[in-house]
Amino acid sequence: MPITSRPFASLASPSWASHSAQPLPAGMSRRHFMSHLAGAAALAAPATTFTNTLLANAQDMRKRHKAAILLWMGGGPSTMDIWDLKPGAPTGGPFKQISTSADGVAISEHMPLMAQQMHQMAIVRSMSTREADHMRGRYYMHTGYVPNPNVEHPSYGSVIAHELASQVPDLEIPPFVSVGGGSVGPGFLGMTWAPFVVDSSGRVRNLDMGIDQTRVNQRLEMLATIEKRFIGEERGGSARDHAKVLDRTVKLMTSEQMKAFKIDEEPEAVRERYGTTGFGRGCLMARRLVEQGVPFVEVDLGGWDNHQGIFNTLADNKLPELDKAMSALVEDLVQRGIYDDTAVIWMGEFGRTPNINGDGGRDHWARSWSVVVGGAGFRRGVAVGETSSDGKEIITEPYSSQDVMASVLKSLGISLETTFTATNGRPMKIANSGRVIQELFA
Amino acid sequence: MRESGAELCQRRLHARVGLHARVGHVGGEKSVWLQRALLRGRSLMLLALVGAMLAPAIHIQAAERAAEDYGIPEVRLINEAVRAGWQDARLTPSGAATDGEWCRRVYLDLVGRIPTLSELEAFTKDSTADKKLRLVDRLLGDAFVDEYARSWTDVWTTVLVGRDTDNDMVSRPGMRQFLRRALSKNLPYDQFVRELVTASGSNTPGAENFNGATNFLAGKMEDNGIQAAARTAQVFLAMQVQCTQCHNHPFNKGKQNQFWEFNAFFRQARALRRFDGGNDVSSVELIDQDFAGEGGDPEEAEIYYELRNGLTKVAYPVFIDGAEISKSGYLPGTMSDGTPYGVNRRHELAEMMVASPLLSRAIVNRLWGHFFGYGFTKPVDDLGEHNTVTHPQLLDSLAESLVEASYDTKELMRWIVLSEAYGLSSRTTRGNSADDPAMGEQPMFSHFYLRQMTAEQLYESLLTATRADLTGNSEEQARLKDEWLGQFVIAFGTDDGADSTTFNGSIPQVLMMFNGAMIKAATATGKGGFLDSVASSSMPNAKKIEVLYEAALARRPTRRELVVANSLIGAREGDVTAALQDVWWAVLNSNEFIINH
Repeated sequence: MPITSRPFASLASPSWASHSAQPLPAGMSRRHFMSHLAGAAALAAPATTFTNTLLANAQDMRKRHKAAILLWMGGGPSTMDIWDLKPGAPTGGPFKQISTSADGVAISEHMPLMAQQMHQMAIVRSMSTREADHMRGRYYMHTGYVPNPNVEHPSYGSVIAHELASQVPDLEIPPFVSVGGGSVGPGFLGMTWAPFVVDSSGRVRNLDMGIDQTRVNQRLEMLATIEKRFIGEERGGSARDHAKVLDRTVKLMTSEQMKAFKIDEEPEAVRERYGTTGFGRGCLMARRLVEQGVPFVEVDLGGWDNHQGIFNTLADNKLPELDKAMSALVEDLVQRGIYDDTAVIWMGEFGRTPNINGDGGRDHWARSWSVVVGGAGFRRGVAVGETSSDGKEIITEPYSSQDVMASVLKSLGISLETTFTATNGRPMKIANSGRVIQELFA
Repeated sequence: MRESGAELCQRRLHARVGLHARVGHVGGEKSVWLQRALLRGRSLMLLALVGAMLAPAIHIQAAERAAEDYGIPEVRLINEAVRAGWQDARLTPSGAATDGEWCRRVYLDLVGRIPTLSELEAFTKDSTADKKLRLVDRLLGDAFVDEYARSWTDVWTTVLVGRDTDNDMVSRPGMRQFLRRALSKNLPYDQFVRELVTASGSNTPGAENFNGATNFLAGKMEDNGIQAAARTAQVFLAMQVQCTQCHNHPFNKGKQNQFWEFNAFFRQARALRRFDGGNDVSSVELIDQDFAGEGGDPEEAEIYYELRNGLTKVAYPVFIDGAEISKSGYLPGTMSDGTPYGVNRRHELAEMMVASPLLSRAIVNRLWGHFFGYGFTKPVDDLGEHNTVTHPQLLDSLAESLVEASYDTKELMRWIVLSEAYGLSSRTTRGNSADDPAMGEQPMFSHFYLRQMTAEQLYESLLTATRADLTGNSEEQARLKDEWLGQFVIAFGTDDGADSTTFNGSIPQVLMMFNGAMIKAATATGKGGFLDSVASSSMPNAKKIEVLYEAALARRPTRRELVVANSLIGAREGDVTAALQDVWWAVLNSNEFIINH
């Protein structure tokens, strides 16, 4: 029976396609799963083969591929207990600050390992935003836009994957992976740029159909017949989106690159260094994925919504987990020589109130807080911006989500002149026309 | 219908544009562009300009013949209002959906699953004029009361307590038990809301003083009930007040004091954890108790909140429309001399809510959104003044009709699914492809909008399509379903209890549909199973393939599809069961199956 080589990719675009988001970048090859069938047998090959390939690949890509890792602190972390302490102030809380490897930059005593890496990082202490609701804050910090009923904006990962995917034409796994959290969706860029959500175990479920490849292909041919007919009836974009995701799934199912998710293949010492926590495993997976060519990985660490008993939670639980994994990631990226091409972003949806509430917690606060960046083209070992002595006000130039986004894009060499066409036909400038934070660049 | 001066003026101008329009011929693209412009801008200037410069050929077919309304005034009301919208926006509606499509749609939307083969056949072979009316009444009637309750229990559970199955402040069995009871007896919606907002008792079945309705609020009482206030306003009144907790809203009229005045209604309520002897919560009890107020005076039990500039303000319970209640924090009681005192703040709130027009507007918008994929606003739970309503008069009229119908939401559902718009094909035409809310346009309902089944609908539909033998009671089935649904849920772990799902058309969902245990079971070929029964019947092979198509897609295969399916029988060397398994796998994995169309 005849098998077409591209059962889903060749679907005709209906008439309204011109209004939708930009097509795939020309450089992004849409190789079909058939071309990987030959490699399927290699899945059984010993791990060393893969490791060698991986190292070779990593060396190769070191020259050409940029990537970003977003460490997402779900819930809104108390940045004045981590990156911008106010010891002695009534709002300061009990934590002391310690000096770091960056001249004149002090951080929380509960971040001793990161203190040794601060020469690689830059803190922005003058974030001032307006969204102090989780849903709105999550959307705003991920997209650079406030929620709008008429258009869904693409998140960081979708934008950066969209812009950088052409650098890695041989990538067979999704260009935007979210570990341990749902991130924010692709908006008007379409489901092709949706986050591939995995948990930090590295086990991707339901990969195997359990039948021989010939029969799989015959099933896919039957499926493609139904799929195409329905798309041809012009009932709306979601019919075609479904086929596109089928295509990506088929590609991924037969890909050797899926090994990048298998953190168990790392030496025990490495796993120990990152920490045997969900976030530690996620950060390690992020490094493996970036080495494999994935342009954007988000790693989620939740549990920052500390309305009660914040100081014990931070000191005993959140900060040790964060400190270990984040410092390991930065150190590892530097040692492997890929830090100069990899931006690292640490942020949550907002900060927390300088005032400590009656339950010994801090509430939502967007007016003055910090984010941290590093790697890629960023200047390192600095703290940008300043808050007042009680942490309640920004006393230097305030920065917004879109300013951070513009700076991240610049650090990756992505043009800030890039303009998307949103689904409603309107041109939409990348990063919502944010201003580059000049102090982050030497 | 009443019409404002501006609308009338606009309507006349449209008519003039229409007059020009008949003069020349313009290609499809331009007319799409024109429609878009009309949908988006609706500016008189633009209309005049477009009319004069482009003079496109627009054929207005609407309203030559009145749409079927089964003699129901509300159906007629919907038909007329929606048609008026098409006319304003120069849209030509799609034709009617096929019987199979409509039948599949109405089963999915009313009882949460696709029809069985015999249910489908009963409808498509019926040639009487009122067969849609009779099917709708059947689905909303006694014969389907359990399925209706099961399906809407799924819908309301997600709305009221989200999808996260790990939240120990919520007993999902308790929530479901309340919902199944309320939905089975079609509790009037005002009473439904009253019971949820005022509920007290224990949230877990089997615990003393059990009241499943407590689950809506039990997990939202932390931090002085901030989430209780925010979610109550959002779910039942379509008021998004959560942002005004910290500051006046930047672009709507929401004021910070309104949030805290609304929040003050919840300050007598407490959620008390009961432990099982260890560290695990065995149940949560929601109680009301006297509230001393943050100032310590229960006679005037005030609360404090902080303005952005650091000043502290005082709030007492005041409803959104400005109505005040007693400032007392005492629960109702009688003094020794017989004088009554005190007030139950949640009871007072519930009464003001059910008397408010916001309540009926909110539920009309929510249900309209359920059946059409889009409400009159985006999102459906934001009817704030800043948000555009596509059909404001229709929304108000339906809200009034619902109140007149004693808040019988089944009546509202009946009006909606019997409307002309609900019965349209999802196939777009040149005359309405611009009406695409997925592209950010205001929905005008000129064709049926595609939407993916929910995970719950998929689950039930697979059971239906494979005639799975259901054992166990409804709660046992619900628990199994919850377990299955758990694989898609990602909780954010924040105080608003928000979660998201990977059952959203992305790769994990496709992998589950390709290779997951549920699909393996649905495509199993064991003796006595669905595939086996089809394969071992005496039907010719073409007919067997047809059965699979009808069962999943409510249509027959095309010739091309039969050719490919037949070649599978060849590839399986005559093993018909194995070939049917391949076809069945493909059908269940198709866009056409998972998309409600």
